[in-house]
Amino acid sequence: MSRKPYVRAMTWRWIVRHPRYVRYMVREFSCLFIGGWTLLMVWGLQQLAEGPAAWAAFLECLESPASIVFHVLALGFAAYHSITWFNLTPKALPLQIGERFVPDAAIAGVHFVAWAALSLAVLYLAGAF
Amino acid sequence: MGERLVELEVLRYHPEKDTEPRFQRYSATCREEWVVLDALNHIKEAIDPTLSYRWSCHMAVCGSCGMMINGEPKLACKAFLRDYRGVIRVEPLAHFPIERDLITVIDDFMAKLARVRPYLIPKEAKPLSEGEYRQTPAELNHFKQYSMCINCMLCYAACPEYGLIPKYIGPAAIALAHRYNQDSRDGGRDQRQQEIAATEGAWECSFVGACSEVCPEHVDPAGAIQQVKIKSTVDWYAQHLMPWLKK
Repeated sequence: MSRKPYVRAMTWRWIVRHPRYVRYMVREFSCLFIGGWTLLMVWGLQQLAEGPAAWAAFLECLESPASIVFHVLALGFAAYHSITWFNLTPKALPLQIGERFVPDAAIAGVHFVAWAALSLAVLYLAGAF
Repeated sequence: MGERLVELEVLRYHPEKDTEPRFQRYSATCREEWVVLDALNHIKEAIDPTLSYRWSCHMAVCGSCGMMINGEPKLACKAFLRDYRGVIRVEPLAHFPIERDLITVIDDFMAKLARVRPYLIPKEAKPLSEGEYRQTPAELNHFKQYSMCINCMLCYAACPEYGLIPKYIGPAAIALAHRYNQDSRDGGRDQRQQEIAATEGAWECSFVGACSEVCPEHVDPAGAIQQVKIKSTVDWYAQHLMPWLKK
C-alpha cells in the first residue's frame, strides 16, 4: 500500500480558532501603537530643538481630537501589553526555595509593584505632584 | 447512567481513494459517561470498521489518541461526551500531515525529539559498583513537571509558530531538553544547546502560550522555552563579555 500523506494548508483563520490566539495577536499588535507613540516623542524632541514656536505648534497638535484618540488607544494597548506580560513572568522566572517554588502571584506581584513605583517616580519627576 | 444519541462529524481521508479529506457524519447511541474515544470505538465496532485512528491506554498515559475535538487539541480518552453539546467535530491533530482518517504523520516530531537528546547524559560516567546517581527532593522538583510529558503532540497542534514554521523544533522537544538540562545528574546541556538555543529552537517561539494551556499533563512547555531563552542569553553575554570564564 502506497503512502500519500495529505498536508493541510494553514490559513489566517488560526487567529480566530480560539480566544487565546486573538488575545495573543492583540498583544502583538500593541507594538504598533507603542512604536507610533515613541516616534511621536522623537518628533516632539525635534520640534523642541527647533525653538519655542515649533514646540508650541507641536503642543497644539497634541491637543487635536485625533491625537487624543491615538493617545487613549496607545495607553490602552500599552497597559494591556504590560499587564499580560507581567502575568507571564512567573513562567520565565520561576524561583525555587528549597523544595518549593515561590507562588506565581508573588513573582508577578513584584513586577506590578515595581511598575507602579517607577510610574509614580516618573510622574513625580514630571511635576505631577 | 443514561444513554444519548451523539452526532460526530469525523474528518476522513483515504490516501488511495481521496484527493482531499472530507467530513463524514455518524450518529451513535452513547453512554453518558463515555469519552470521545469510546464513541469512536463504538462507531468502528458497530457502524464503520474502516474508520482509522490511534489509541492504546484509554487513561491519558500513552499519548496516542490526540486529535482536534471541536477545533481544540485534546486526548480523545480525556474528552467527555457530557462536556459537549450538538455535533462534535473530530479531526486529526492540526499542523501534522494526515496519513489516513484521524492518523497523522509524526515522523517530524520523532526526529526532533531525537535531536534534543532527551535522556540523561551523566556528567561523569561511573562504574555500577559506585552505586546510583543520588538526588535530593529539591533537585527532583527542579525538573519534575517537565518529566510528565507523554509525547502526545497536543502542544504542536496548538502552536501557531509550528504550523507556520515547520522547521521549529517545537514545545515538547524543548521542554524535554530543558527537563534534562535542569537535572542535577546531567551534563549534556552543551550538546542540547546546539539544537534548542538555535533560531529553529527556542528563538522561534513568540510566547503564544497555547502549548501550556492544552497540555493534558499540566506541563508548562511555554515556561521551559522562555527559561531556555534567558539561559541562552546569559550564555551569550558570558561568552562575549567574560570569555575567560569559558570552561
